[in-house]
Amino acid sequence: MSQEVVLDVAPTKASPFYDPKLRSIVVQVAIVVLLVFGLWWISDNTIENLRRSNIPTGFEFLNSRSGFEIPDRLIDYSSESSYGRALLVGIVNTVRVAVLGIIVATIVGFVVGVGRLSSNWMIRKLATIYILVFRNVPLLLVILFWYQGVLALLPNVRSSLALPFGSYLNNRGLYLPRLIWSQGAWLIIAGLMVAIGLSWYVARKAHARQMATGLQLPVFWVSVALLIGFPLLGCVLAGFPMTVEFPQKGTFLLTGGLDVKPEFLSLLLALSFYTAAFIAEIVRAGIQGVPKGQAEAYSSLGIRPGQGLRLVIIPQALRIIIPLLTSQYLNLTKNSSLAVAVGYADLYAVGGTILNQTGRAIEVVVLFMAVYLGLSILISLVMNWFNVKLALRQR
Amino acid sequence: MQQHDIAWVRTDMTLAQPAPNSEVGILAWMRKNLFATRADMLLTVVAVIIAAWALPQILSWLFFNAVWVGTDRTACLTIEQGGQLPAGWSAACWPFVSNRFGYFMFGRYPLEERWRVILAGAIFVGLLVPLLIPRAPLKRANAILFFGIYPFIAFVLLVGGVFGLPYVETPLWGGLMVTLVLAYVGIVVSLPLGIVLALGRRSRMPTIKLLSVIFIETVRGVPLVTVLFMAAFMLPLFVPPGTTFDKLLRALIGVALFSSAYMAEVVRGGLQAMPKGQYEGADSLGLSYWQKTGLIIMPQALKLVIPGIVNSFIGLFKDTTLVLVISMFDLLGIVKQGISGDANWATPQTARTGYVFAAVIFWIFCFGMSRYSQYVERRLETGHGR
Repeated sequence: MSQEVVLDVAPTKASPFYDPKLRSIVVQVAIVVLLVFGLWWISDNTIENLRRSNIPTGFEFLNSRSGFEIPDRLIDYSSESSYGRALLVGIVNTVRVAVLGIIVATIVGFVVGVGRLSSNWMIRKLATIYILVFRNVPLLLVILFWYQGVLALLPNVRSSLALPFGSYLNNRGLYLPRLIWSQGAWLIIAGLMVAIGLSWYVARKAHARQMATGLQLPVFWVSVALLIGFPLLGCVLAGFPMTVEFPQKGTFLLTGGLDVKPEFLSLLLALSFYTAAFIAEIVRAGIQGVPKGQAEAYSSLGIRPGQGLRLVIIPQALRIIIPLLTSQYLNLTKNSSLAVAVGYADLYAVGGTILNQTGRAIEVVVLFMAVYLGLSILISLVMNWFNVKLALRQR
Repeated sequence: MQQHDIAWVRTDMTLAQPAPNSEVGILAWMRKNLFATRADMLLTVVAVIIAAWALPQILSWLFFNAVWVGTDRTACLTIEQGGQLPAGWSAACWPFVSNRFGYFMFGRYPLEERWRVILAGAIFVGLLVPLLIPRAPLKRANAILFFGIYPFIAFVLLVGGVFGLPYVETPLWGGLMVTLVLAYVGIVVSLPLGIVLALGRRSRMPTIKLLSVIFIETVRGVPLVTVLFMAAFMLPLFVPPGTTFDKLLRALIGVALFSSAYMAEVVRGGLQAMPKGQYEGADSLGLSYWQKTGLIIMPQALKLVIPGIVNSFIGLFKDTTLVLVISMFDLLGIVKQGISGDANWATPQTARTGYVFAAVIFWIFCFGMSRYSQYVERRLETGHGR
């Protein structure tokens, strides 16, 4: 007789205290309840505080007259304009300094980053010193140094420094010649558009041909010729539809031309040179992140260093660089809000002035959040698109 | 045997020859590192010209032509500006810094009470240095003292109002002291808060995950000045009417919340880099969630991201300067105030001198932190990496 042990004892039921599902539900409910209560408490207090200090809420104040001037602006604005218009001027100014800053910082950053890896000892040391200095100093200090330590010490208008091409530099800013477009200027734009389209077409054709036959076409030079030639053609056809306005030097004032205010200049220089130090380190890390075998492989195939760098190393390094570069671009955009320290009228500075005049703290903060989050998302989207295009296509 | 067929065979080694002249010595080094190609030559010449133009100017501005003693602005003015220095003089005006040094360090903290700040600083250094030296004993006790007990000691010493110490209100604080207070509190609060947020973001509970993601992404999407602005203008609206809220405390809350969002992302990077086997191993040993996190995952994850953590500490230290925009006076703020608000020292060189001084102090702190993190990284390297 075989011994059959029948286990009919039901497994002991664990106490509900140890049931992970139940625990998780209890914890989540508790947190939601706490959060709702906290929010209710905060909003209740806020409403009470606003009622006591007689501050109305809502966004209708954006339509009322602002009453303050903004000297540095790209779009029409006067003290008779509305608060909404003032904020728009601020947003445009923020975008202007951010876009220019990103361009300059990228160029300087790539040059310094490659310089750090140069085989030339002097270049390597200069790049290292640049990075060491700028990475370890606060950005605000750099901005103030440019503003109060450099640009404010330039000579006054009467003894402005004369620069090439009829430009002047003094403590009121940098005065550049300005191109004034007249009728027919659209032909130049049209020429540029046509040239861009043609270059794109040529590049595609050349790529297809190289894939099929292995022959390379001088795409770069063809594109340069197209991009210069067509706008020039448009210019000639329209009969040179522009005049150059040079700044005129008076005793107390420089008139005409394009004036770049010192506030803008110091902010732009500081933002781009500071961010460039971080970009340089990213570029270095990216290039060093490409395995050494890649360089050895292209050398053994007889590809020359310059070509190898362009065709083998950089495309692979970019995969490492782009995500990090994105976060630096986001930082630069957010850091442009430090404009308030030198009085450049960006979104933050204009918003601060509006808050002081109207006391609408909540609305202004909501607008800040919305605009900066919007800009951040925009940059992220563009860079992610770029990143996906560069990503390794695996079989 | 045909003897003559056998080639000559060497029986002793040739003597080692010195390396050819083209491979050793300063000339060879220069050829390799400075003049390897024609482009290199051009670059070297350009770089040498830049260095030869800039370096003497910088040195003479900082040291050789600088003014070292003086009591007011006349010491740093040229003849045409009303002083004694030769026309065209342009160099640092160090008396501006030395005369206001105490102000730059302590702000308007009462003169007779400054020993309290110095004592708090001395205790800070005394606790921090053994914590940073790996061989020093009693690490656990030291860490508890530094992170747990010291904040209370420092609070009592700096604020006062008890044990017979006169009360010093925070609007009187300023200078380097405020910078360090902001950085210390920011670091001590943001690391644990960041860890909690990172765990929350990887949590399996949907509400906790959602809340963490919303907080982290919102804070990371806006500039710090906006967060400070919120802390300065909106926090007072959130509390019951009549409650007053210290301005320094508001700035501290803003800075700590802001940096904890960044810290959370750094820690999350470390958590994601952990191999799945570590989680499974801990689970199979029957460890609870907190045991698993505290004993297995966190120690390894944090070690992986030490450079990132220190980078965000450095970022935080530099970001403390932004309290200037809500009119508080940290080191940079107080230097700026001295430059634009003090007629006694209004000279063309004051701004540069003051900012160079502030830059040197910030640089020493940030550079020290980054060097120390590299050292720790090397020490903790266990050879498991690729």
